[in-house]
Formats: sequence, C-alpha cells, structure tokens
Amino acid sequence: MSKILSLADLKKKRDELKSGLDIRIKALNPENSVQVKVAMATCGIASGAKTVMEFFLEQLDRRNIAAVVTQTGCMGYCYAEPTIEVKLPGQDPVVYGFVDLKRADQIIEKYIKTGEFVDGIIPVNYETVDLNNKEE
Amino acid sequence: MSKYSMHLLVCGGTSCHASESDAIVCNLRDELEARGLVDSVQVIVTGCFGFCEKGPIVKVLPDNTFYVQVKPEDAQTIVEEHVIKGRKITRLLYQDPVTKEPFADSKNMGFFKKQLRIVLRNCGFINPENIDEYIAREGYQALGKVLSEMSPEEVIKVVKDSGQKGRGGGGFPTGLKWELARKSVSDEKYVVCNADEGDPGAFMDRSVLEGDPHSVLEAMAICGYSIGASNGLIYIRAEYPLAIERLKIAIKQAREYGLLGNDILGTGFNFDITLRYGAGAFVCGEETALIHSMEGLRGEPTVKPPFPAESGYRGKPTNVNNVETFAAIPVIILKGSKWFSSIGTEKAKGTKVFALAGKINNVGLIEVPMGTTLREVIFEIGGGIRNGKKFKGVQTGGPSGGCLTEKHLDTPIDFDNLIAAGSMMGSGAMIVLDQDDCMVSMAKYFLDFTVEESCGKCAPCRIGNKRLHELLGQICDGKGTLSDLDRLRNMSLVIKDTSLCGLGQTSPNPVLSMLDNFWDEYVAHVTDKKCPAGQCRSLMEYIVNAENCVGCTACARVCPVNAISGERKEVHLIDSSICIKCGACMEKCKFDAIFIS
Repeated sequence: MSKILSLADLKKKRDELKSGLDIRIKALNPENSVQVKVAMATCGIASGAKTVMEFFLEQLDRRNIAAVVTQTGCMGYCYAEPTIEVKLPGQDPVVYGFVDLKRADQIIEKYIKTGEFVDGIIPVNYETVDLNNKEE
Repeated sequence: MSKYSMHLLVCGGTSCHASESDAIVCNLRDELEARGLVDSVQVIVTGCFGFCEKGPIVKVLPDNTFYVQVKPEDAQTIVEEHVIKGRKITRLLYQDPVTKEPFADSKNMGFFKKQLRIVLRNCGFINPENIDEYIAREGYQALGKVLSEMSPEEVIKVVKDSGQKGRGGGGFPTGLKWELARKSVSDEKYVVCNADEGDPGAFMDRSVLEGDPHSVLEAMAICGYSIGASNGLIYIRAEYPLAIERLKIAIKQAREYGLLGNDILGTGFNFDITLRYGAGAFVCGEETALIHSMEGLRGEPTVKPPFPAESGYRGKPTNVNNVETFAAIPVIILKGSKWFSSIGTEKAKGTKVFALAGKINNVGLIEVPMGTTLREVIFEIGGGIRNGKKFKGVQTGGPSGGCLTEKHLDTPIDFDNLIAAGSMMGSGAMIVLDQDDCMVSMAKYFLDFTVEESCGKCAPCRIGNKRLHELLGQICDGKGTLSDLDRLRNMSLVIKDTSLCGLGQTSPNPVLSMLDNFWDEYVAHVTDKKCPAGQCRSLMEYIVNAENCVGCTACARVCPVNAISGERKEVHLIDSSICIKCGACMEKCKFDAIFIS
C-alpha cells in the first residue's frame, strides 16, 4: 500500500474505490457477482457466524457461483444471529437471520441460484445517514 | 430470474407469531394452492418488522404494500383481491395515526424512519478489516477537510455548535471539552478514547469498534489536531479480543496509507495511536481512574479539579471521549453542525445508540434520534416483551441508572428527562424487566455489581454500598421491616452525596428509583413477607394441592432434605420449616399438585 499524500489524493482514491475502478475490486466485478456479507461481531461469531462464513466460501466455490464473501460488523439484530446480507446483481440487498448451515444451504440453492426468497428474512427497519449529501 | 412474480412476506417475529401469523401463512398457502398460484406467488416467513403493535404484518412485494393486523381469515381476501385482481385492500393498509390516510406504499411510512444510523452508519455494512471500504464510504474525508481547510478553532466551533454531548454517560458537551483541552498550554497533550465499556447489558462501544474501527481513529486524529495533541491512546478492556484485533488491523492500515503517523496527507500534522489494555474494572470507565490505570497506577479516581483537560495522562492536558462520541465526529465535520443539531430535541442533539437486553423480543443494537420515547424503543423497535408477558420496568443507564416504569414510557429520551425521572442516560444499556422480575432482587443484583466494582477508596461507596446490599438481602429473606425501607433511602442519599466519583454517586440510583416506583412491592416484602413476582425464595412456600395429589411419592423421593412426608396413595405434606425451596418436587410432580404460594 502506498501512502496517500494529500486530500486531493484521498478524494481520488475514494472516487476510484467508489466506482469500483480499483484493480482488486474490478477483478471481482462486484456489480455482476453475488455479494454475501456475514455479520462477524462477537455476538455473531458466538452464534456460529464463522462456520457459516466458511460454508459460504467453500460451497459457493464448489458450486461454481461467482461471489464475493466478506465479513462485516454487527447489524444490530443480535436476537437473530448469525445474520448475513445477500446482494444479487441489480437487486436490493436482503438480510437473513438465524442462518445455520441448513438455511445457508437453502440460501445458496434457492435465493442465490434462482432468486427465490427463503424463510428468515429480516426486514430493514432503519435509515442510515446519507454521507454523500453534504451541507454547509 | 425468480420464477415467482409476487412475494407475500409474513412476519414470524415473536409477537406476530403469538397473534397467529403461522395460521396466516397456512391459509395463504392453501388459498394459493386452491387457485393454482403456488408457482407464481411465494409466501415467506420473515423476522420481526419491529411493528409489533400493529401485528401481524403481511408485506406484498414488489409493490411494497404493507398490511397490518391481518387475521387468518383475511388470507382469502388478500389472495382474491390483491394477488389475483391487483387491488389493494384499504381496510388492511396501515393508516397514518394523525391524518388517518392509508399508506399504499410502505416506503413512505414514518415508522421505518424511527431509527437513524449515524454512529452505526458502517456497522454491518463495510468490512471492518478493509480500510478501502471505509474510504469508499467517505472515510478520512473529514480528517482531510479538517487538516487542509480548517483551523483548530473552526473545528472546535463546529463540534460545539453541533450540540453533541458525551455519550459515555456524563453528557458533558464535547466541543467544550475540546476547547478546554486546547486552551491548556503544554508541550505535549493526549487524546484518549474511553473504550472501557463495563456495565451489564451494554455492548454498543464493542460493536462500533468491531464494525467500524476507522471511524474512531479518524475522529481521534481530528480531535488531536483541534486540541494540539500528537498522541492518541485507546483504553480498551482485554475482554474485547475481537475489537482489539480489529483496532490493531485498522491502525496498521491507516499507518500504511499515511493517515496516521507523521505528516498526515502532506499537511505536516503528526498523530499516532496506541492501545492500552484494561483489566475490566468498572471504575476505570471514570476518566481520572482510567488515566491512572493507563499510567500503571491503581485504577482509582481522584478529585476533580484538576480536570484531565488541565492535568491528565502523565500530568499533561488530556481529552477523554467515549467511543460513540468519537464515532459521530467525522459525520458532524462532513455534514456540518447545523445538520447534526437539527436531529434530536432542543437540549439533546443527534442520535443515541442503545443496547436492548432483558425480557425484550428483539435483543440488539439500535440507534434513534434523541427525543424518541421509551415506548417507541421498547414496543416498536424492540418488538415488545418476550412471551407476551407484561412490561414492568426498564433499567436505563446500567447499574448506575434507575428503573423506569409504565408511566415514563412516553417520556422523550434525553439527558435531562431521564435524570428528572430518576435515572440517567448512562452509556445506553436498556435492560427490560417483565412481571416476573422482583424489584428488590433487581436492586440487589445491580448492587452486587457495584459492590464488586467499587475501588474502595472512599468510605461511602466502599462501606455504604455493602450495607445497602446487606439490607436488600435481608428484605429478600423476609427479615426486613418498614423502618429498613427508610434506612435504605437515607443511606442511598448519603452515598450519593458523599462519594468521590461517579460510581458511588450513582450506585444507589436503582434502589432509589425502585423505592419510588415500586414502593408497594417493597412494602409487600417487609410487612406481608411476600414477593409478588415470586422470585425471592425465602418468601415462597411450596404447598401440596390435596385435590391433585395422588400419593405417588415421586416428590418425596426427589426432595434433597426429606421435607415431604406422606404414605403411598395418600396426600403428601411439605414441611416448610425444613424445605429449602429448591423446586425439585414441583418439577417432578406429574399431576400439577405442587404450587407456590
């Protein structure tokens, strides 16, 4: 990693990362592949998120599905851990709760392969601050 | 891609489930089957929508129709009218509580705007171990803006104008704290992040550090620039290994990008951050105790003044802020003080993260604007009380806060209102209690914690809390008297007035607020020797119901102290003078013949 030398540099870097021009991201082409985020905070890991993440990494590869599996922090749905978010290309992300290996398998077979929902969807019930819309 | 053209999402959360949402699912599936639509319409059970007051909920996709209070018999109408004919069923739509206007599209419903995530903006969204994802989400832009375009005074003014107050518990204005630290003259100053989150039921700081560590690093650097410090320290408890790991990774990545270290972004500003581990003492969340602990001394508080802003870590001016306070700073800088101060109430600005725990359906982390009511938090976002039980109280502010009841549910949450109600904001833990919780035992439970965590330096806290704890124990054992209740109150007030630091000044809060709000329950313990919630063992009596007892002797055989007598096929008797109230007999009895009085 090279140093970022000025604010202009930082802005350039941000724009690159945002539009996915960065080589690392481009290689994976996230807009055209499935994105799976596993909530890996202490609560998630304690409920088995690590196993679920390994399962996705291994099984998506084995079933030849182009996907990016990453970890993320706590989504706030601690009562429904492990939770994961799946984003299919061109669609809104969907959060699934209580994801054990059985449900993980269903998610791959049904939701990821055919777009068919699986039980256990957690409806998003919050708004996030819009960082792009700056005031003042 | 999907073979389904329509989806019916039925809430399967605990309270919707209790109001027969499973029957709705069955009926919908049957109706679809009968009409040969199973291949084009899919019925899905979801988690809680957080809209439990109006449950059960059925949401129709793709048109975002939101049906509330659906009954199993409505399934037919939904399929016939909505699915087949494409007509929305007005009587089932959610109506605006004020205008009574039905919402055809749930995206416009105000309800889903009750949670606003500023501090948690990246939690559960970015990979915390990848700085690039943080940068793509405007990360370090605020630091860049501050270093390149603003003077330290301007930064402090923005923070001051935003009206943000410390989120660690005290609620001291952040901007003012920074200004005091800036004004102190010294060759070296320090920025300290207080990540010593210690009260039971609180996990918001951990979640932020685990989910978005860079936001804290960036804010610390901004603070360093504002007050004139080049060293940052994060005091974090060793019990948070994952948060520590992620912080270490984040610091390493920020250094590699030159966002920490010397000459940040070519502006000549130097700032670096190191970690300090605490051993998990509650009192070390108090800033002077925290500083002593970092210096390698005993984690004991000292009298303020001098405030850390004048003489803190190693005797140098030090600014201590909590994790949550820091995490909001980059957004305040980017979006401006006006924007931030437009959120919340007149006296409390911005949002607050709460950790919901206890007898609540949706245990988890939420972030709401200041001024949201407890009712909205507990019954709407939190999904209400578990197992359909009755709400009794909510302990806010952890063991230093107070227990609020039904009558406080509509109070808008902010620092002053909570104090006026006999509690406090604290760090933001909310422990929800239901009808089965005994308020004397609860007060004793919280005192267990403070007695254990008292550092022992000052007498009121060391001795007073211990005596309070003993008195509560006696009351639970049925040995209390009415005058003990007065002693409880007096002693609590003395401890509050005379303790050195925040720990002792707040530790009697649960006792005081529970005495105020649940006086009858305390009286029942001391005069009737009864525990209305059925929690205090000594006040319980196991009794055999002669009508149900068949004399099988199962209870007598399982009793560890041989307190049960009776011949085979005759009614048994429990000798309450021997009984140790273990409950084994009641568990064993197959005929429901043993009950608690």
